[in-house]
Amino acid sequence: MYRLRRWGPAILLISPSLVLIGVFVYGFLGWNVTVSLSDWRGLRPSYDYIGFENYTRLAEDGRFTNSVGNVIVFTVVFVLGALFVGFFLAYLLERRIRGDGFFRAMFLFPMAISLIAVAIIWRWLMNNSTGAQQTGLNRLFSSIGLDFLVNDWFKADQPFAVMAVAIAAGWALSGYIMALFLAGMRGVSDDLREAARVDGASEWRVFWHVVTPMLLAVLMSAVVILVHISFKTFDLIFAMDSESRLIETPAIYMWFTTFDAFNFNRGAAIATLLMVGVSAVIVPYIWYSMRAERRQ
Amino acid sequence: MSWGQRKGRALWPAAVVASASLMLAACGGDDDDGGDGEGAQEVPAEEASGEFEFFSWWTGGGDSEGKQALLDLFQEQFPEVEVIDAAVAGGAGTNAQAVLASRLGSGEPPDSYQRHAGAELLSDIRDGFVEDLTWLYEEEGWMEVFPESLLEQITVDDAIYSVPVNIHRSNLIWWNPAVLDEAGIDGPPGSWDEFLSQAEALEGAGKTALTIGPLWTQEHLLENVLLGELGPEAYAGLWNGETDWESAEVVAALDMFIQVLGHSNIDQAAADWQPAIDPIVDGDAAYNVMGDWAWAYYETVQGLAFEEGYNVTESPGTEGTFNWLSDSFTLPVDAPDRDNAIRWLQLAGSQEGQDTFNPVKGSIPARTDPDESLYTGYFQMPLEDWSNADTAIVGSLAHGAVADNAWKGEIDSALQEFVSSGDSAAFAAAVAQAYQDTRE
Repeated sequence: MYRLRRWGPAILLISPSLVLIGVFVYGFLGWNVTVSLSDWRGLRPSYDYIGFENYTRLAEDGRFTNSVGNVIVFTVVFVLGALFVGFFLAYLLERRIRGDGFFRAMFLFPMAISLIAVAIIWRWLMNNSTGAQQTGLNRLFSSIGLDFLVNDWFKADQPFAVMAVAIAAGWALSGYIMALFLAGMRGVSDDLREAARVDGASEWRVFWHVVTPMLLAVLMSAVVILVHISFKTFDLIFAMDSESRLIETPAIYMWFTTFDAFNFNRGAAIATLLMVGVSAVIVPYIWYSMRAERRQ
Repeated sequence: MSWGQRKGRALWPAAVVASASLMLAACGGDDDDGGDGEGAQEVPAEEASGEFEFFSWWTGGGDSEGKQALLDLFQEQFPEVEVIDAAVAGGAGTNAQAVLASRLGSGEPPDSYQRHAGAELLSDIRDGFVEDLTWLYEEEGWMEVFPESLLEQITVDDAIYSVPVNIHRSNLIWWNPAVLDEAGIDGPPGSWDEFLSQAEALEGAGKTALTIGPLWTQEHLLENVLLGELGPEAYAGLWNGETDWESAEVVAALDMFIQVLGHSNIDQAAADWQPAIDPIVDGDAAYNVMGDWAWAYYETVQGLAFEEGYNVTESPGTEGTFNWLSDSFTLPVDAPDRDNAIRWLQLAGSQEGQDTFNPVKGSIPARTDPDESLYTGYFQMPLEDWSNADTAIVGSLAHGAVADNAWKGEIDSALQEFVSSGDSAAFAAAVAQAYQDTRE
């Protein structure tokens, strides 16, 4: 009785969200997996079990394997790039230069722009047309005599094309990573820094040996956020050059095979694989942070 | 015009809603079919009331005005009916199809919806989402006014399921006369072989021979190269299994496609069909193969005069052939206001309806008895060819007339690879295999 009185209200209060998450997240997740094992093609749902056929077919599907290669390159370049740039910007702003509030807002601003708009901007900037149609970066480079920098961007050969898309994605999100790191750096207590300085450490060594080790948790969450965004990126790539083999990722292929060709089972299989990929990153993180919390 | 904007832009929230409600629909269990609409109902003319919801992807310039003109005419004839215009933005249906799929799947169809005529409707027919309209064709005498070969191509198992309202032509080549003059070329190529030799001259004069855009425009070019090289009969056979994709002739035609692409700006392919046309307008390129929605772009957006600033004729090797694509309206099973839907289809198939819609939309009527004075300039050519009984009529691949969605999806994938590898035999094999795999 005592237990019920203690837990009852709490359970009652969270039950609406438990039910909603149960249905709309885990229920549909399970439903998606069911569809991925079914023979559902065409507009009318069909749930006849056909085993892992959709998955084995994907393994032999050149368009799918190509898109997996693209998303791996995209993720590596985008995540490392955004981490490096974000960290560097945070390092600079951490020294409380004049007008750091202005710079912070400026670097964070690209995140406020929808990825569709980002794609339209960068599609123009990285247009590889020549002659009268030349625009954006290539035009800038050739007009200031840096012709060797003129290149094909997202129409270059694989794997370079998708790296160009990663630049646009990095541009949009490194400000956010900067904000994460900056918050982490400012969270390091001044006492610790003072202590190191008293011990005769230079400013650089204070930063490297005192501040950065405490940023590990920030780094972990930044990586998790970036990787799961990267796996799922759709709008940016779709708007930049849809159905281009050079930059297509599984998320794009999933859309086309589901809603253009009505292969709902294949689309669901790709969605399931994406979920597995994202979980492979997120689950160890959750496990790690829960263990860390328990230790405290 | 949204024909061209297909796959260009889309509304993601709508897509999310679509997929979410699709899931709900699926979880809720299948709705059983209602009355399979057999037999004509007597539709009283004046006392029509209730609602009428029309679902389309026409939201862009030209398209939406054409649709509005037709809806206005409908409203005028049936003033008591409440007309609901359910248009979903996003080009030729990528997004609209997602929304529509969820509505059909959950048993909440609109009263009538738009689909490309031909194979694109096959999924709907197989899944029993649309009513057989053969009785309406007979009642209205449409069997006589639509071209026989068009009716043949939209007939599935002896039944017709939609009413085509317009016809666009796919097999057209557009060019800039000034650029041809500059390169010392008399006129457009009569065959793709001739195009190849012209291309050398054009490139010698520093011009791009042919411009190209995203994947669907490449598919659009592919179908017209195949048509030009194989002729209408063998081309038509590609889509019903009568022509062997892996035969020497087809592989040779595919090789030609790759050679033609070699003289295009595919490495700098434009993001959509309009920017693909811009180099021609600017005088940097000579040719572009595109359907007749391009007319409005040259004419109204770029302000060029027909035959002076730009010119157009049948794509190489396709004289006397009409490669069509068409929008058609359907009668969904369980349409909430079936009587109004039938009134709408009667209007859409009538001469008055088609002559109201098409001059505004920038297309020609599917019927062969239009008021010719309404179609001037460029449109005289397709109008004449369409009504000419000697014209061979074939359907478009890129625009949903000949390959059903599942097969076309696989062709898209194979084409992606083909364009980069140039391996004709592998492409032919993949398409033939996909044909087998997607038969049910």
